Amino acid sequence: MRHIVSVLLENEAGALSRVSGLFSARGYNIESLTVAPTEDATLSRMTIVTSGSDEVIEQITKQLNKLVDVVKVVDLSDGEHIERELMLVKVRAVGKDREEMKRMADIFRGRIIDVTEKDYTIELTGTGSKLDAFLKAIDRSSILETVRTGASGIGRGDRVLRV
Amino acid sequence: MSMTGAEIFVRCLQEEGVEYVFGYPGGAVLFLYDELFKQNKVKHVLVRHEQGAIHAADGYSRSTQKVGVALVTSGPGVTNAVTGIATAYMDSIPLVIITGQVPTHAIGQDAFQECDTVGITRPCVKHNFLVKDVKEIASTIKKAFYIASTGRPGPVVVDIPKDVTSHKAEFEYPDKVAMRSYNPVVKGHAGQIKKAIQALIGAKRPMVYTGGGVILGDAASQLTRLVRLLGLPCTNTLMGLGGYPATDRHFLGMLGMHGTYEANMAMQHCDVLLAIGARFDDRVIGNPKHFFEEPRTIIHIDIDPSSISKRVKVDVPIVGNVREVLDELLKQVEAAGTRLDDDALKTWWTQIELWRGRDCLRYDRDSAIIKPQYVIQTLYEITHGDAFVTSDVGQHQMWAAQFYKFDKPRRWINSGGLGTMGFGLPAAVGVQLAHPGETVACVTGEASIQMCIQELSTCKQYRLPIKILNLNNRYMGMVRQWQEFFHGNRYAESYMDALPDFVKLAESYGHVGIRVEKPGDVEPAIREAFSRRNELVFMDFTTDQTENVFPMIPGGKGLSEMILV
Repeated sequence: MRHIVSVLLENEAGALSRVSGLFSARGYNIESLTVAPTEDATLSRMTIVTSGSDEVIEQITKQLNKLVDVVKVVDLSDGEHIERELMLVKVRAVGKDREEMKRMADIFRGRIIDVTEKDYTIELTGTGSKLDAFLKAIDRSSILETVRTGASGIGRGDRVLRV
Repeated sequence: MSMTGAEIFVRCLQEEGVEYVFGYPGGAVLFLYDELFKQNKVKHVLVRHEQGAIHAADGYSRSTQKVGVALVTSGPGVTNAVTGIATAYMDSIPLVIITGQVPTHAIGQDAFQECDTVGITRPCVKHNFLVKDVKEIASTIKKAFYIASTGRPGPVVVDIPKDVTSHKAEFEYPDKVAMRSYNPVVKGHAGQIKKAIQALIGAKRPMVYTGGGVILGDAASQLTRLVRLLGLPCTNTLMGLGGYPATDRHFLGMLGMHGTYEANMAMQHCDVLLAIGARFDDRVIGNPKHFFEEPRTIIHIDIDPSSISKRVKVDVPIVGNVREVLDELLKQVEAAGTRLDDDALKTWWTQIELWRGRDCLRYDRDSAIIKPQYVIQTLYEITHGDAFVTSDVGQHQMWAAQFYKFDKPRRWINSGGLGTMGFGLPAAVGVQLAHPGETVACVTGEASIQMCIQELSTCKQYRLPIKILNLNNRYMGMVRQWQEFFHGNRYAESYMDALPDFVKLAESYGHVGIRVEKPGDVEPAIREAFSRRNELVFMDFTTDQTENVFPMIPGGKGLSEMILV
């Protein structure tokens, strides 16, 4: 089953490689991994999307907690949560496709953030499946380039992860 | 007072009360060595290969409960040390390893003797540090000792670039460490301890299975009290030997792949299992599916939550220091006067004695060729079971574990998890230095001993009267045994051809060598060797080439599927 795990860790050189090394050494899946410093610059917040049986997920959270740099670990999928991913898509936008592409971006609440005579760059935010849906909805041959951040997650309501 | 990084480093070791540093100098650590040279509180032990430095620090730690310390140079110094570090990591041994690094401005330039130490060691350390600022040396070394020795222990690497060791800073050694990201659990959960007692009370066929955690957690006396108080059968893993007195009738011997028939059968057929500081690894329970064919309630006490429910699902997990948890458990058991069902226990012991009656460790005592088991048994008798015994890896290791009855913890020093050939001799160096007046024996084989034989030179330099028992069967015995059982007797590359004359070899290093070729000479030779109290004696026993280690659970099989003699 798919799980989304949030990790607070010391913002130190090499902390990311401790986490990624752990996943590869123990053969756990990483679907995506995002990391950036928090409002407290000494801490980084990481979101890992992974999958596995309940036993594997239990081991993943235990092994993450065991890393000396890790301060807190929460499996967001244990409760209500929100996840968002950012995607930038460069698409061909010429002739009649130009208007169609603008319309599709509007429907998906995307924004065109760069324009040339031949192409648009569209910024799109949402769950991973929404981004997938956008890519399916437009003509595949018009896609020039895509870049996605991987999911970031946060608990709903008063579910708060902090030190 | 302003000091150089190197001076700070030495002061830190002094503050930590470090007695010995095992190491090997090189370019990146010259400032550190210069400062070690100027003082005599911290003694340096020069090994002949960096692997030996780590194993020696490891043996020192295993036999004393103190943190072992090693010092190696950058690049090849570090890569040579990796086998030792991984060995300590697998067996949770607290070490602090200081590694030299090229100067900070040269890092990443492919400088001479540069390697990514933090990267290379990351998967085999509890934690590691790169110290880029002289002001951080003291606090980092303090943290390193703290992390290595608390929680589930393990090796910690501190990588210090050369320029940092010559820069100056004020020296202040912190009193204590506070880390928001590292707070190991100590006390067990009271509710879980109650549940554990409830489960034990209801047991008809209880069993206690303990591992290295009891040794590392210094809980042997608590374990012994609990087992005797409730009249439980007890087994130890390879790493846990000495955790419970082996000569006590409650002890069923070691369990696992080469464990005794009675220990493995009791493990498989118990209805309540109390696992303490052990991790149900593949060499212990074999195939987990087979293990679960028999229903049982499992109580598991361990300091590392990730060891619990990793290979087997546990019913009553208790996270905490095994000593603290056992103290609490004992307190409650004693206060309540807890007793198990007497009749059920009697029936269970009757069954166990039937299994024990099988005498699974029997071997041919009238053989005209020296049986390796006989050598170990004689060693046991002559040293009155009170020696520190280190071993290498293979058949000799299993025979030592089976036939030397350890009544005390920290006497059996071997590489259990990683299974590192070459461990025994350098480990014995650390053990003998830690216990100058005590008897230290290194049980080895002609293949293993050659992996770190250069440390015979270290033994000479420091006058270490280690007694080496080389069970020489001219084969990598365990490899040969598997080839015999599972590969159609095709002994691919397991024959040790062109062996050195070990007696002459020992003599060339300045030691005493004895060759023993007949069973009748075994006892006199061992007696003579141990009577030479101030000399290292290398005993080269010509042993039976065809002898196998029994019982044996083949890979992928279950506990009760042993091959017996």
